[in-house]
Amino acid sequence: MKRPQLIRPALLEARNITRLYGPKQGCEEIDFTLHQGEVLGIVGESGSGKSTLLRVLSGLEKPDNGQVIYHRSEPSFSELTGTDLTTPEPAHTGLGGAEGALDLYAISEARRRALLRMEWGLVHQNPRDGLRLGVSAGANVSERLMALGQRHYGNLRAASQDWMGRVELDPRRIDDAPRTFSGGMQQRLQIARTLVTEPRLVFMDEPTGGLDVSVQARLLDMLRTLTRQLGLSVILVTHDLAVARLLAHRLMVMRQGRVVEAGLTDQILDDPQHDYTQLLVSSVLTP
Amino acid sequence: MTLRVDDQGGLAYSGYNFAYLDEQTKRMIRRALLKAVAIPGYQVPFGGREMPMPYGWGTGGMQLTASILGADDVLKVIDQGADDTTNAVSIRTFFERVAGVETTTSTAAASVIQTRHRIPELPLSRHQILVFQVPIPEPLRFIEPSEEETRVMHALEEYGVMHVKLYEDIARHGHIATTYAYPVKVDERYVMDPSPIPKFDNPKLDMNEALMLFGAGREKRLYAIPPYTQVKSLDFEDHPFEIQSWDEACALCGASDSYLDEVITDDQGGRMFVCSDTDYCQQCRGEVA
Repeated sequence: MKRPQLIRPALLEARNITRLYGPKQGCEEIDFTLHQGEVLGIVGESGSGKSTLLRVLSGLEKPDNGQVIYHRSEPSFSELTGTDLTTPEPAHTGLGGAEGALDLYAISEARRRALLRMEWGLVHQNPRDGLRLGVSAGANVSERLMALGQRHYGNLRAASQDWMGRVELDPRRIDDAPRTFSGGMQQRLQIARTLVTEPRLVFMDEPTGGLDVSVQARLLDMLRTLTRQLGLSVILVTHDLAVARLLAHRLMVMRQGRVVEAGLTDQILDDPQHDYTQLLVSSVLTP
Repeated sequence: MTLRVDDQGGLAYSGYNFAYLDEQTKRMIRRALLKAVAIPGYQVPFGGREMPMPYGWGTGGMQLTASILGADDVLKVIDQGADDTTNAVSIRTFFERVAGVETTTSTAAASVIQTRHRIPELPLSRHQILVFQVPIPEPLRFIEPSEEETRVMHALEEYGVMHVKLYEDIARHGHIATTYAYPVKVDERYVMDPSPIPKFDNPKLDMNEALMLFGAGREKRLYAIPPYTQVKSLDFEDHPFEIQSWDEACALCGASDSYLDEVITDDQGGRMFVCSDTDYCQQCRGEVA
């Protein structure tokens, strides 16, 4: 009898990560494993080190100590479309044909940036940080495709319109500048721009921050649908427990740079064990 | 200080070193030029000097010209293709005075040609050097303002953003509306700004026999395209690179293969199209006559 695979293979491992700007500023001794198709929430108050951790994990900041290991296995979108990922290592932009574990800060900067561009995605809290405001929505969405080497204008445009539709934006606004979009729409545009290459791992930093509740609800609904459709693995940083409950499978609670509690989302929110988690859960306002 | 005897038998302007710059500076620029030739399209920083004219008037090109000029060189200076505009005349006179070199307006007769915004129509030979004046050497600048970041992008060949601009052109205008400073890829490696030459001249960069040097005075960068280097203009598969074309021929010489300037002749909408390359236009008229 064939049994279903209960434990999915690991995708990203954090091993003893420390990045400190000063005593208790930053994150310290973080260990966890993210499995394929999993949404991991990182919650905690402001200054608890969650954004620092996200920067380290997403390759933007070298940790003082520890390793970030990324497991590559199935061919990704960029490999399927025949771009330069398959060329062996000395190629300037390619990731090389490396299978298995990649130590994020041991590989060259070129490969790290290629990884970020091709297999990972980063959604900023403020959509203006993630978008190019000087160019149209369509150019924003198709930029990552152009970076992968796609050079057919018609196809790029079709892909942009398709993705604008998928994030519930009007595809007829493809030539409009992002600054003419509302905050919620800009956030959708940023998500479309990130997901257009169908990355395997997406980092989100407070994706619903600064949006009003009804817009937030629709965005969350869309994110949940997309992550399930695409089988995305997501690391989600938020201070909003409601967002975490809706999206995350597992939660890590951080305080003063350390993980104080980790486990299944429902388990942590319904039966918090650590003092701080109890405080956090009891502080949520319910209308 | 040197005193030089010019071809009229008189003394050329004294008090300056040959070609204005001191020998150490010229050596420094030549070393940077060697590096630039070795890495086609790569922007080499150099210690740009103050020149006796404002930035934006061709100080970068002048420093390059000054450092490669020899006593037996023949210099031609053009501005937008013309030998008789202010910029061209003053730079030509400058080198006549401080270097005492022979100058010419004939493209074929020149060994060094300093140019602003054009490549001469007459094909260049392997005995010639073309020096460009460059205002902004960085092709990625418009989309990535950080110099630190653009250098990393060049190093890692992250040139996807170059196509964002072309995409934007097509989205807004229905075609690639960039008509000058059209980005090129040199030797399948570096993306380069060919200085504000019209894209009409871009095909002349490819596999050219002459050495082409680019100098940006304000930004203190220089770069080069060595002879016989492949230079490709960026484009999309379904919107290929195209050069400008005109329905008219030159009103003065009748040439139909040159880059034309539109000249307004009166207040009643009268206009004429003439060659921007004045030397080429005169040659053509000479042949007809």
